[in-house]
Amino acid sequence: MTPATWLCPLPDGGSQEEQALAFDSGRACRLLIVPALFDEGNRLRRFTVEVMRRLDRAGMDSVLPDLPGTNESLSGLPGQDARHWQDAMGAAAQHFRATHALGLRGGCLFTPPLPAFHYAPVKGAQILRGMLRARMLASREAGLEENREALTAAAREDGLVLAGYPLGSALFRDLERLEPATGASVIAQDRIGGSGLWLRAEPDEDAAQADALAALLVEAMQP
Amino acid sequence: MQDDTDLLLRRILTDVLGLKQGQAETFDADTGLFGHLPELDSMAVAGLLTELEDRLDIIIEDDEIDGEMLETFGGLLDFAKAKRTAA
Repeated sequence: MTPATWLCPLPDGGSQEEQALAFDSGRACRLLIVPALFDEGNRLRRFTVEVMRRLDRAGMDSVLPDLPGTNESLSGLPGQDARHWQDAMGAAAQHFRATHALGLRGGCLFTPPLPAFHYAPVKGAQILRGMLRARMLASREAGLEENREALTAAAREDGLVLAGYPLGSALFRDLERLEPATGASVIAQDRIGGSGLWLRAEPDEDAAQADALAALLVEAMQP
Repeated sequence: MQDDTDLLLRRILTDVLGLKQGQAETFDADTGLFGHLPELDSMAVAGLLTELEDRLDIIIEDDEIDGEMLETFGGLLDFAKAKRTAA
């Protein structure tokens, strides 16, 4: 596994270097993985890399790019929107010559137009609902009452920090309406066994689950 | 119909807290949750409530969430049972 970079197009016509983790040995089957979003991305990162290791052993290349504004990216999160993330993942797919795409949870909202797998996909609104709830719980702990309507209105207008992530108004409004595209092959958690690792309070890993997801992918991608 | 809320709640806590098989069976009404377990932060509690909604087929309104119901296993269990009865 090696760190890699790719050039991400910017809305103003320029471009910016972004990071990725890659197992790239120039093999024929090449999977681009769109990470889960925000907190779920952290909790699933270890699991994601474990799946990539298994794909590598099975003779398949894979790459895990950062969404601009997240992880190692030098871009700011508040300036992102859905269109830019879709374009970014399309550019990453092209750069790494991906033949297939896998979205994890909220990452399913941004899988590029390739034969795609969606692992436990969620709607953008569901992600925001959880993050807004977390914000209200944290505020209440601090003795501050906030309500969903006021927070939503503020987020649509000026953006909002949710669970430590400064979401811009454009990305917030996009996530409110985004749903995973139809046509992808959906991999529900019950085919993987156990409970989803995105639920864990602390990041965790599960060899059996990584085995199961990798096996499904290998089976489906084999020429 | 036998009430399986207790069992389902223990399963959800096992999934969220990454407990070992059987560990959640030691929880009693006074076992502390939010504010007692450092890994159970606001994001984890938000996830826990969403799972509760999905698996128990209930909707939890924001104004129903208070410190008391989240503080102990017993408090959360009573709340979940009452919601299911009302649903």
